[in-house]
Amino acid sequence: MRRVSLVVVAVAVASLGGARIAAAQLPNGIVRPTTEPAAPSTQLGAELFAANCASCHGIDGSGISSPRPGASDIEGLGPALRGVGARAADFYLRTGYMPLSSPHKEPSSGRVLFSEKEIESLIAFVAALGKGPGIPHPDPAAGSIAQGLNAFTLHCAGCHQALARGGFVTGARVPPLQGVTATEIAEAVRIGPYLMPRFSTSQISNAELNSIIRYVLSTAHPDNAGGWGIGNLGPIPEGLVTWGIAAPLLIIGTLLVSRRARR
Amino acid sequence: MTDPLLQPVRFIDERTAAAPAIKKLLRYPFPDHWSFLLGEIALYAFIVLIVTGVYLALFFDPSTAKTVYHGPYTPLDGASMSVAYKSVVDISFSHQAGLLMRQTHHWAADVFVAAIVMHLMRVFFTGAFRRPRELTWLVGLTILFTALLEGYLGYSLVDDLLSGMGLAIGYGVGLSIPIIGGPVMLALFGAPFPGAPEFWSRMYIAHVFIFPALLATLIGVHLALVAARHHTQFAESPRHSERRIVGLPMFPAQVPRSLALMFFVAGLLFLLGGLVQINPIWQWGPFEPWLGTNGAQPDWYLGWLIGALRLMPSFDVTIGHYTLIPNPFWGGVAFPMVVVGVLAAFPWVERRLTGDRRVHNVADRPRNAPNRTAFGVAFLSWVFLIFVFGAADRIYVLWDLSYNTQLTLFRVAIWVVPAALFLVVRQLSRNLRDADVIEGDREAAMHEAEQRERARVAQAGS
Amino acid sequence: MRPRQWLLALGTLLAGRVLRRRGGASGDAGAGGATGSDGEQVSGTPERRAENVVLVLLGIAILFAAGFVATYAAFSARHIPNELLGICLGMALVFIGGALTVVAKYLVVNEEIEEDYPSEHPEDQREIAQMVRESGGRFTRKRLLIAAGTATGAALGAAAITPVLSLGPIWYTQPLDRTPWRRGVRLVDVDGRPLAASAIEQESFYTAFPEGADPENIGSPIIVIRVDPANLRLPRARATWAPQGILAYSKICTHAGCAVALYRKPTFPVVEPEPEFVCPCHYSTFDPFTGGTVTYGPAGRPLPQLPLMIDASGDLRAAGNFSGRVGPSWWNVREPPV
Repeated sequence: MRRVSLVVVAVAVASLGGARIAAAQLPNGIVRPTTEPAAPSTQLGAELFAANCASCHGIDGSGISSPRPGASDIEGLGPALRGVGARAADFYLRTGYMPLSSPHKEPSSGRVLFSEKEIESLIAFVAALGKGPGIPHPDPAAGSIAQGLNAFTLHCAGCHQALARGGFVTGARVPPLQGVTATEIAEAVRIGPYLMPRFSTSQISNAELNSIIRYVLSTAHPDNAGGWGIGNLGPIPEGLVTWGIAAPLLIIGTLLVSRRARR
Repeated sequence: MTDPLLQPVRFIDERTAAAPAIKKLLRYPFPDHWSFLLGEIALYAFIVLIVTGVYLALFFDPSTAKTVYHGPYTPLDGASMSVAYKSVVDISFSHQAGLLMRQTHHWAADVFVAAIVMHLMRVFFTGAFRRPRELTWLVGLTILFTALLEGYLGYSLVDDLLSGMGLAIGYGVGLSIPIIGGPVMLALFGAPFPGAPEFWSRMYIAHVFIFPALLATLIGVHLALVAARHHTQFAESPRHSERRIVGLPMFPAQVPRSLALMFFVAGLLFLLGGLVQINPIWQWGPFEPWLGTNGAQPDWYLGWLIGALRLMPSFDVTIGHYTLIPNPFWGGVAFPMVVVGVLAAFPWVERRLTGDRRVHNVADRPRNAPNRTAFGVAFLSWVFLIFVFGAADRIYVLWDLSYNTQLTLFRVAIWVVPAALFLVVRQLSRNLRDADVIEGDREAAMHEAEQRERARVAQAGS
Repeated sequence: MRPRQWLLALGTLLAGRVLRRRGGASGDAGAGGATGSDGEQVSGTPERRAENVVLVLLGIAILFAAGFVATYAAFSARHIPNELLGICLGMALVFIGGALTVVAKYLVVNEEIEEDYPSEHPEDQREIAQMVRESGGRFTRKRLLIAAGTATGAALGAAAITPVLSLGPIWYTQPLDRTPWRRGVRLVDVDGRPLAASAIEQESFYTAFPEGADPENIGSPIIVIRVDPANLRLPRARATWAPQGILAYSKICTHAGCAVALYRKPTFPVVEPEPEFVCPCHYSTFDPFTGGTVTYGPAGRPLPQLPLMIDASGDLRAAGNFSGRVGPSWWNVREPPV
């Protein structure tokens, strides 16, 4: 009896922990041609696209808006990719947001199953679908953290939290930004992936974007001058420290000064 | 031959005639149990609050005038902020012990309220609020809720993004008081939110003078009441009775113990102040009414309110064009009033329900009062579950448990779980109590049998 | 990192002290032990050992206290390691506490005392009641005097409270009704630059303020977005409020007053939810297409909408005041504007 329930618990825990990553990836993994050329090419990109992306994005990248029965049991729905350019392909592929196992799941960053050569090929293919923005080259060192803190608080903190620890917006989880690269930040700000709004240069100039990126990169190592940062989340960890560390230690203190430790 | 110790004692008694009182004080008995010291933890945290608070008040500038920061903390260089916020950044970075004092002060506030809550639970579950200590109980509750308000004002004075959002919510909750909410909040704030410049002076004087004086007075009254009727005790032996109190004398036994506890509390608070960061306002940035951050939370002792505010479904109670009960009233006013009301009325309600009007100096073991213990656990779980929901968004971010699912779950759980716990804990207490009774009876019977055997042997021998 | 190492060091020190206590003098040294401080006791007695422990603990406390002063002197304000200061002061206090604990448990007489619980005093109670009753013996119209006294108290109380009225506008709540927006007021961004209609793009969101007004006024900040006008389902009275599909709403949540700082827009509307504003405090969610109606969360009132117009030079201006009062609700919040 006990052994059975342990197994049930283990499976439950494993499925909970693995749930999000599993959802972001295709149930059967990446489909790739048996022989790949040595160098990245649009041709390879086309083959990979056809095998892994076309079921949602359409064979020519024109998108699928109403479900049609397909060869596999994946319900295919996806936006058009004409004109999204190398920028979007680079972002969605390098973060692992794409491929997505179901159009109804929220994309989240996970293991990138494509190789570097395959990613470059897919980017070339998507870029060739229609003229679109190229991959940005931000320069965070040229930005100022002070300006970045100011701009991030105004435009981004509502969803991402003042220290980019992520958050909740009705219907979606906003990811924390520690470990994200400068290019990914620049791409996300300009694209507005999934439910995130996008900000063009008329609202956030490239110079301001450099500052925002520099600030976001700094949130991985915030200035915790006060000691242990306890997650930089604010009063929730502070309350946990009060009840989880201070209260037990104080009770130990009362036990030490009382005559009898046991009732 | 004069006793050298006699000289200072004589000096004092000659001038104050206080020797009988001092003698009585030195012989005051302290029943010895670790859980009777929880209130003292709160007292010592309060002392640390006063000491660190005085230090901070020597540097803090409660002005909402705008200024631009140019100081050692470069990420805020050139940022526009209030003078109040800047003075706190300066305390943190431009004065060597400033950050330690700030953090110790804030940890002391968190621990102060936590200690009061632990103390309240001990008093409740041992029935120490019963006659003749009902007034002490009421004074204690007043201390608790004054402490909540005092802490809220304290961290709101800093004018950082997090506490500014909290102040807006406080304003919104105040506005939601039926009919009079608007005038009352306008009077308090001096103008619509964010308020007139005088509002900061009002918060400041309330936080550094009015409420500390009130708290100190209440604590004094509380201690005087406890001393006047003496502390309750557990019935550890036949000597401990309703009539006779057994304990360690204040001097020389209890004084070093209490002093030791004071140093432990102060030491722990300064250790936390040095080692664990709290309220890093330089990371949140200054507050403006058009800014918001995800994951904003009040300090832990107000978490029950944010949970209640988030749990409420969307509705305002209106009469024609007039809004009688705006939505925040339920979570922000009605809920805490119910909690205060239940706690305050409990001594009399219990008296009415049990018919027990006797004086009680002996503390109950929780298992010996199954109904009270079960009610206490159930009530606590109700408040606690609402409190936990206040963190549902972070639970979602951390463990991917849908916010909407949690909302539905908690709306049901906050009623079902306390009801179930009441039944379970009551039965558990009864079982433990009955087991004790059986154990006690068995021991008494064995003891009696032994005595009879001994008497028989003695008789047979003679 | 460094703070964790400090915590580890602290834990080791504490554990060492507790272990040393356990291995030290056992039982109550004071129970029936030798009294007096003649100093002639044989070394190795429990009291002697306890005294030595106290001396060691106090010595360590002195070292920590000195460490606090030394740290203070050695570092400037920007570079002082907060952890070191806290450890020095905190551990000094903890070790003093430890010394006192040893004094309390092993050096001081710990005999229990017994006494009666204080009880009430029926005799004194009766005498007090008697004294009070007799004091009123000469009054002929007690009730009238009491009534007069009560009335005087009430009047004086009312007079004492009157200055409170100056705290703020108590009698009228008109200040809550007012916002800086009027017809023709230009929209500016947080830096004071005018907002051109052409600069407002779809799928983004902008924070704007009335030109020339205090941005901190709760009625000032607004959110501006652009949507496809074909999707608008505004009330008929607001048909002209969104030129080119540009919408403006108060940024202050109608629930409890936080800034509505979240905007959610679909990349792929086929499966993703429509654009909505969300407040980060209690997650009230507002639908901009239907005039700011509440679709999730506890807010009881829709988000007030600001009518917009585009002037001759293409800048956005307010075409009037908000559709309703701004901010959290109060008694008059739904009253029709005068």
